[in-house]
Amino acid sequence: MDIHVLQQIVHETRDARRKQTMPKLSEAERDALIEKYHPDFRESAYRTIKFGPNEGEKTVRELAALLEGDSPVPADLELTPTHTCDVLVVGGGGAGCAAALHAHAQGAKVLFATKLRLGDSNTVMAQGGIQISVTAEDSPVTHFLDTLKGGHMKNDHALLKVMVEEGPSVAQWLLDLGVLFDRDADGNLHVKKGGGSSKPRLLTCSDYTGLEIMRVLKDEVLNQKIQMLEFAAAVELLSDGNGRCTGAVLRDLDNKRFIVVAAKTVVLATGGIGRLHIQGFPTSNHYGATGDGLTMAYRMGAKLMHIDTFQYHPSGAVYPEQLVGALVTEGIRSEGGHLVNAKGERFVNELDTRDVVSSSIIRECEEGRGIRTMAGRVGVWLDTPLLDAEQGPGTIEKHFPAMVMQYDRFGVDISKDPVLIYPTLHYQNGGVQIDTNGESGVANLFVAGEASGGLHGRNRLMGNSLLDLMVYGKRSGLTAAARAKAEPQGKLTLEHLKRFRTEARKHHAADVVSPMLFPAYAKKE
Amino acid sequence: MDMADRNISTKDVIDQEEVLHPRMVTVEIAGKKHQVPEGIAMLKALWYTGQEVIRGVGCLGGFCGACATYYRTKDDPKVKTCLACQTAVHDGMSFSMMPPFPARKATYDLATLADPKQDLFNLYPEAPLCRNCNACTEACPQKIDVREGVWRAVFGDFKAVSEMFMDCVMCGMCAPVCIADIAPSLVAVYVSRAQGVHFTEKPVRLAQRIKEIEDGRFNDEWARVLKMNEQELTKACAELK
Repeated sequence: MDIHVLQQIVHETRDARRKQTMPKLSEAERDALIEKYHPDFRESAYRTIKFGPNEGEKTVRELAALLEGDSPVPADLELTPTHTCDVLVVGGGGAGCAAALHAHAQGAKVLFATKLRLGDSNTVMAQGGIQISVTAEDSPVTHFLDTLKGGHMKNDHALLKVMVEEGPSVAQWLLDLGVLFDRDADGNLHVKKGGGSSKPRLLTCSDYTGLEIMRVLKDEVLNQKIQMLEFAAAVELLSDGNGRCTGAVLRDLDNKRFIVVAAKTVVLATGGIGRLHIQGFPTSNHYGATGDGLTMAYRMGAKLMHIDTFQYHPSGAVYPEQLVGALVTEGIRSEGGHLVNAKGERFVNELDTRDVVSSSIIRECEEGRGIRTMAGRVGVWLDTPLLDAEQGPGTIEKHFPAMVMQYDRFGVDISKDPVLIYPTLHYQNGGVQIDTNGESGVANLFVAGEASGGLHGRNRLMGNSLLDLMVYGKRSGLTAAARAKAEPQGKLTLEHLKRFRTEARKHHAADVVSPMLFPAYAKKE
Repeated sequence: MDMADRNISTKDVIDQEEVLHPRMVTVEIAGKKHQVPEGIAMLKALWYTGQEVIRGVGCLGGFCGACATYYRTKDDPKVKTCLACQTAVHDGMSFSMMPPFPARKATYDLATLADPKQDLFNLYPEAPLCRNCNACTEACPQKIDVREGVWRAVFGDFKAVSEMFMDCVMCGMCAPVCIADIAPSLVAVYVSRAQGVHFTEKPVRLAQRIKEIEDGRFNDEWARVLKMNEQELTKACAELK
C-alpha cells in the first residue's frame, strides 16, 4: 500500500491522542516487558566465553568469537619502537580527544592514534545532548539516582558519583573551549528533559550537540599540535611481561605495516560494537565501531563487565531503505512526539527508558501491530508532525534541522509525515572494567568512554554518554599523564599474547582474527 | 473508521517497488562504469562494486563529512556536491569522492586572544578577499549560505556565523572552489569558538552549581544515599518524580 495511505491513521488519530496521557510502568511491569521482548534476553543469541578473564560468563556470539580471537601480530614481531611517548591515546572520538587534550595540558608527550580520521566516531552523531545537573531544582544526587534507575541498579556507584559530580565543571571546560550550548533568555544554559530522567538536564546545541563538541575538540587538538597518527589502527597491546601495559602495536592501513609504539601509559578510547550487527540488527554506529579495544584489553588480561547487555535505541529509521539503522533523535520524543502502532494507538510512555521503549516497540511488531516494508522490515510510526501541531508550524525545522535534512534528501518531509522506526543497535552498555581514574585491571592501561564498562549499569540513560566521554576522557588523560611522569618506560614484550595463545589452543578457539577493524561490506566474488 | 475493526494482517505493508524489483542502473564511479541497484546510497554502491573504502567513510550518518563527493546527474553539465552516505544513485550518474584538500588551518590560543574580531585578519588574512563568486555556497552539501557567512565573519557578526554554521560537518567542499583560497569551514570554526569564548554570556547558574559542589552542599545528601542498601535505593529511585 502507498505509504501516505498507511500514514493516514496517524493523522486521523492525532487529536484524540493529544488528550491522552500514557502511564509510566511499575518496576515489575518494566521488568516483565524487558524480559519478554528485549534482545538482551534472547538466549539463543548468547554463548559462554570459553577462556580468559571472563571465562564462563555469557555474551553475544559475535563478541565472544572476537574476544577469543587471535591477534594479527606474530609472536616474533621485532619490537623496536617506531614511536615513543608518555601517553598513547587510541581512538579519535570524544573520549580520545578529551584524554589527549588533558594529558597534553599536563605536559605529557601524547601520541594520538585513530584508525579513521580524527573525529570519525559516534560522538559526532550524538544529537540528544549531554546530561548535566545545572538547575536549582536538580542536583548531582538526583542525576545519580535517575541513572541508577535507568541502569537497573547495576551501575558502579563510585564511577557514577564521579561522573555526575564532575559534570558541571566539564560543562565549564567545554564552554571555555567555545562550545555553543543553547541558552535561555537570561543567559543560563537551556535544559531539556531526556527519556528516563526526572528533571530536565540535557544541555544541547540544537540537534547537533555531538557535532558541535567534536568540531571544537578536533580544532583544539590541532591547535595544540598533538602528534596524530590517522589511518593507523591499534591491533595489539604490549606488556612488560609482569602484567603492566607498556605500549601498543598499530597497523598502518595504507602499507599494512606494523607500527610499534612504546608508551608509558595507554588510553583506549575505541568505542563500541554496533558494526558487529549483533543479532542481525542494523546499527546507528559509525563505520569503525567493531569493539577493537575490548579484544585488545581482553587479551592483555583486563576484565570486562556487563558485556551481555546492549542498548537498542528505540528509534532507528526503517524507511526509506537508504536510512535503515540511522537514528531518529530521541529529542523528538522528548518534545512530545508519540509512538503509534498500525491501529493508530499509543502503546508506551514515550519518555520511559530506552530499554522499555524498545521492548514495547518490539512487542507491538511481534504481535502484529507493526507496519511492514517490502524489504522485510517492520516498525511503528513516530508522529513527528505532532510537534508542529502542538508548538506551532516550523517547530520541527527549528529544533531538528539535522533530522529534517537527513529525510529531506530522500524526499520525506518529517514535519508533514510521520516516520517509521524500529530499535537499532546503538550502544554497548558494558565494557572494560575501570576504576574512577579510568584505569583497567591492567596497570597503566586506561579505558575511557563506550569501551569502558560499569558506569551505565545495564542500560545507559540518554545524554549520559557524552558526559561519560568528557569526564572519563579527562580523568584517564590526567591520571595517565601523572603516571607517565612518575614511572619509567617498561620493556616491550608480547608475553601476554603468548599466554593467551596457549589458552586459546587449549580451548580450540575458532580461527578468527581480532580486532575486526571494519565490517566486511565490500562485495567480493 | 472504527480502529478496532481495522484489519492489520496483510494491509499494513508499505509499497516499495524498488525493493521488490530492484532496477539495475549504470553509474560511473571515479571514471569507471558499473551496474548497481537504483536508489542505494553512493557509499553502498562503492561496496556493491567490490571497493573497500577507508578514506571516505566515517559515521555513515551524515555528520562527519568524511564522504564528501562530487557528482553529476545524466546529461546535466552541473557538477554538484553531496555526502556519499546520504545520497541515492540514479541511472546515468557520475561521481567521485573528494580527496582530502590541503587547506591551511590557522592555530591559535582562543583564551588569550586580545581582539578576536581583529585577530581574524591575522589568522586568516585571505578571509576579506572574497570576490563574491558564491561557489562556496553552491558547493555546500549542508545548504549553508557560506559566502554570506564569510562576509559576516569579516564584518564581525560572529554570532550570525556561529548560528549559520551549526550545520557544518567540516567536509571541506567549500575550500577547493574558492578563488581567494579561503577555507570557509575553518574560518567558521574559529569564529564560532571565538563567539563562544569571548562574546557569549557566562551562565551564572552553572558557576553557582560548581561552587555548590566545591563547598560540599550535597555532602549530606550523598552520605544519606550512599549508605542505602539496594532495597532502600530502589525505593528512592521509584520515588523520583
